[in-house]
Amino acid sequence: MKVEKAHKFGMFIDLDKCTGCGSCMVACMAENNVPFREDETDKLISVAWMRVYKLSNNKPFPDTETSFLPRPCQHCEGQHGHSPCVSVCPATATDYDANTGIVSQIYTRCFGCRYCMAACPYHVRLFNWYDPVWPDGMEKSLNPNVSVRMRGVVEKCSFCFHRYQLVKERADYEGEEYMAEDAYQTACTQACPAKAIVFGDLNNSDHKVHQLAQPDNHNGGKPRAKNVFRLLEHLGTNPKVYYHSSKEWARRLGDNDVTGRDKA
Amino acid sequence: MKVDRRSFLSFLIGGAAGTALSPLPWKLTDDISIWTQMWPWVPVPERGEVTHVTSACTLCPGGCGISVRKVDDRVVKIEGLEGHPVNDGGLCTLGLAGAQLLYGPQRVKAPMKNVDGRLVEISWEGALGEIAARLKELRESGQPHRVACIAGTDRGTVPELLNRFLTVYGSPQFFRVPSIQDTYELTLYLMQGVRASAGFDFENADYVLSFGSGLLDGWGAPVNIFQAHSRWCERGGKLVQIEPRQSRTAAKSDSWIPINPGTEGALALSMAGVIIKESLYNADFVNTQSSGFDSWQRLVLENYDTESAAKMTGVDPSTIAKLARDFAGARKPLAVCGRGKGQTPGSLKEVMAVHALNALVGGIGRQGGVRAVPEPDYIDWPEPEMDAVAAAGMQQGRVDQAGGSQYPHARYLLNRLPEAVNSSADSPIQVLFVSDANPSYSLPNSKAFADAFKKIPMVVSFSSYLGETAELADLILPSPSYLEQYEDRPIAAGYPRPIVNLTRPVVEPLFNTRSVGDVVIELARSLGGTVAAAFPWDDYRSCLKETLGDKWAVLNDKGYWADEKSGSGGQPATFETKSSRFEFTNAEIEAMTRFAPVEPEGDIAAFPLVLVPYDTMRLWNGYIGNPPFVIKIVPDTVLKNNDGLIEVNPATASQLGLQDGQAAKLTTPHGTARVRVHLFEGIMPGLVSLPTGLGHTAHSKFLAGKGVNVNALIGSVEDAATGYEAVWGIRAKLDKA
Repeated sequence: MKVEKAHKFGMFIDLDKCTGCGSCMVACMAENNVPFREDETDKLISVAWMRVYKLSNNKPFPDTETSFLPRPCQHCEGQHGHSPCVSVCPATATDYDANTGIVSQIYTRCFGCRYCMAACPYHVRLFNWYDPVWPDGMEKSLNPNVSVRMRGVVEKCSFCFHRYQLVKERADYEGEEYMAEDAYQTACTQACPAKAIVFGDLNNSDHKVHQLAQPDNHNGGKPRAKNVFRLLEHLGTNPKVYYHSSKEWARRLGDNDVTGRDKA
Repeated sequence: MKVDRRSFLSFLIGGAAGTALSPLPWKLTDDISIWTQMWPWVPVPERGEVTHVTSACTLCPGGCGISVRKVDDRVVKIEGLEGHPVNDGGLCTLGLAGAQLLYGPQRVKAPMKNVDGRLVEISWEGALGEIAARLKELRESGQPHRVACIAGTDRGTVPELLNRFLTVYGSPQFFRVPSIQDTYELTLYLMQGVRASAGFDFENADYVLSFGSGLLDGWGAPVNIFQAHSRWCERGGKLVQIEPRQSRTAAKSDSWIPINPGTEGALALSMAGVIIKESLYNADFVNTQSSGFDSWQRLVLENYDTESAAKMTGVDPSTIAKLARDFAGARKPLAVCGRGKGQTPGSLKEVMAVHALNALVGGIGRQGGVRAVPEPDYIDWPEPEMDAVAAAGMQQGRVDQAGGSQYPHARYLLNRLPEAVNSSADSPIQVLFVSDANPSYSLPNSKAFADAFKKIPMVVSFSSYLGETAELADLILPSPSYLEQYEDRPIAAGYPRPIVNLTRPVVEPLFNTRSVGDVVIELARSLGGTVAAAFPWDDYRSCLKETLGDKWAVLNDKGYWADEKSGSGGQPATFETKSSRFEFTNAEIEAMTRFAPVEPEGDIAAFPLVLVPYDTMRLWNGYIGNPPFVIKIVPDTVLKNNDGLIEVNPATASQLGLQDGQAAKLTTPHGTARVRVHLFEGIMPGLVSLPTGLGHTAHSKFLAGKGVNVNALIGSVEDAATGYEAVWGIRAKLDKA
């Protein structure tokens, strides 16, 4: 039997291009049936798989500088798939898929202990404190490819895994072995009006994401490209989302424990 | 059997151990998690056939192409159309949330009549009959000019049908919602002699100087500029942003120059002075293709030296000189103005000063420069026959005095309508149609618009959504949403090429709606005579098809039609002025008031601060109310519960004794509002700033009652030269609540 080379899907986000508009957030919500409530201003409980953070160099007017950082699930690989959340889940509701590098979330298995939320250093996981309610008629726009979650479970970004499944199914059915780079793209990548997000297979050197991030796969996937960083690199979570910024202060904020280290 | 302590404990421990070893706890946990997820109210979206429909987004003037994903007859997702010349696959927050506008609770589901403040359903025949009767009455009494119409734009078949209706009926009172294009159109007319809209070739420019334009905050065709910005990042293009508050555009710029608001024109003229003095201008263009340079240069050099401009603008003389040298030294520099999203026409002389900067560097018509984009010419209906009543009505002046002796150049002055209505005992407008517009929310001095609409005896709204103006209307004749009907949308929002989009019925209309075109044709028919004769079409769709002619097939196939002749390469501009050259100045321009900073309204002693509104991609502030997903992504530093946050510089806040997050009372000459303080280093001390797009009172519970409508706190300030709306802020004070 032929062993297929494993994919490792990852993302490259150029913070120089990102304008912080929030299109990725809306595209994600529309794609993934994310619910909404009347008051969404408590951001600790507002469910958003993708969130754009505003970073500041904290200098006074007029030297203040601002940058924006979109943050999907980082799909940590850790050491051999031991991502922080996967290691702690008592229900196997979240798992690391070695074939795609995607950290899954299976809602029907989750019983809402929220251990994974405590373990995740990136705050990507959100708990459904409320029942999702769609005003009469609005449930029509729900996407049948993504299951609707209910009160009491944890959810998070899936790298639009359902899109991968669709492409994979079609490829398998048609007997294709190769999956084109643009065949599987996440909703946020597709929507980004600034084209700041690049998505693809980090294991495939033909893919743009590999070329931009230049991951050092023998060294925990560390980026080799200039001005490219990952969030909280020092934790060893081995995330699959790479960021690029020409602003040094922004890169430092990305790993708030290494002040001075990147200068060496 | 005696149960002693020992056997009781053995039983308890043994039982617990046994249960733990059995599958029971795991099974129960599993069952609980399943049971708690079987709530009948959690919807299960049905599967079905997936199709993609090509259409166009009309939610802002930006003109993006969209691809709508459907599952059976349901709209599931809206995505950007790949290969569309404007957005090539990208889409903004509002466009992406379009399905929520289609299915949302803010839709008007049937014709409505306002009976003593309550909206009650009425039949189409009843509603149209009532309007036709009133229109006949006015016409018979020789007052057809007392009918008016406000439309979101004047381009495309629907606004043209409305305008045509008014004309044959006998009224000159057609209004278009104001924008920076008003001033740019006039600038192109005065300096280049052409009737055209201004198009900016951002994509090919390598140094963009923005005088407060929110290029990355929704100005023009937003997605197109976003993509241009990303190309600047790759190729090393520069963006310089001049404005007092660090907007997203300023945050993304290579250089942010804070300036005293309202003085941007002075900075542009002073930069021109440096360019002239140091002979950095494009001598070829200035010598062979321009006229009036000598007298204009004298004016600039005498009045706008860097020292005095520095005093006015707050920008260092050395910075002004550096900006001028960098601008003139760039290969393809481009200067642009129009604050925020460009929804205020602003000061004509400021736009002319910025346009002159482009001319100085030879940027008129050049690749990466400013182009005069001709108005679309596909609407070529025969001149309608006018009867005596119509001819007499058209001779009456406009209520806003546009085109009159005071403001001969202005075409539409919607900002002057409230005053004209509110100041007279008997409203000069008796019937008002409103299409694609929500002036009593979205324009400065919104309260005056609301008062005017209350005073006008019959206001007819064509709105698909229950917005503020629709709520004030006497009759609502809902049109289908943009996903339910055919409509042509020529775009003009600063895009450098002529392009027409076509929306199409992605789904069958959900509600009892009729398109505005159909309503106009029906109304004309019921009036009979020359009015009916001017509308020979059976219905709107046949009118549209006939009008588009050979473009129909292309539009139906691709979703857009772009003028292939005007490619991305630059074309030499044609000047149709008296001199057949670009005119830096001429008699007509000199007859108008000189550039002077537009002063904010209010007394400085009573109102020590200045309130400036800001625009953002996360809040839309026009006719369309933000759907739930868009409100959901508003940061908690902008909206917290129902309180809007006002941006204050920490230095200003400490003078006022205000802390971050503290509640405060904001007062302007037009009213007060409760706000919370958000400390922001990106705003100039002495200024405070609120976003546009909040503070709705209508639409839906997801939008109404959140934050402050800044338009209700701001009055109207006319540009002295044109009469256009030129307000950019107002004096204010902030007290502890």
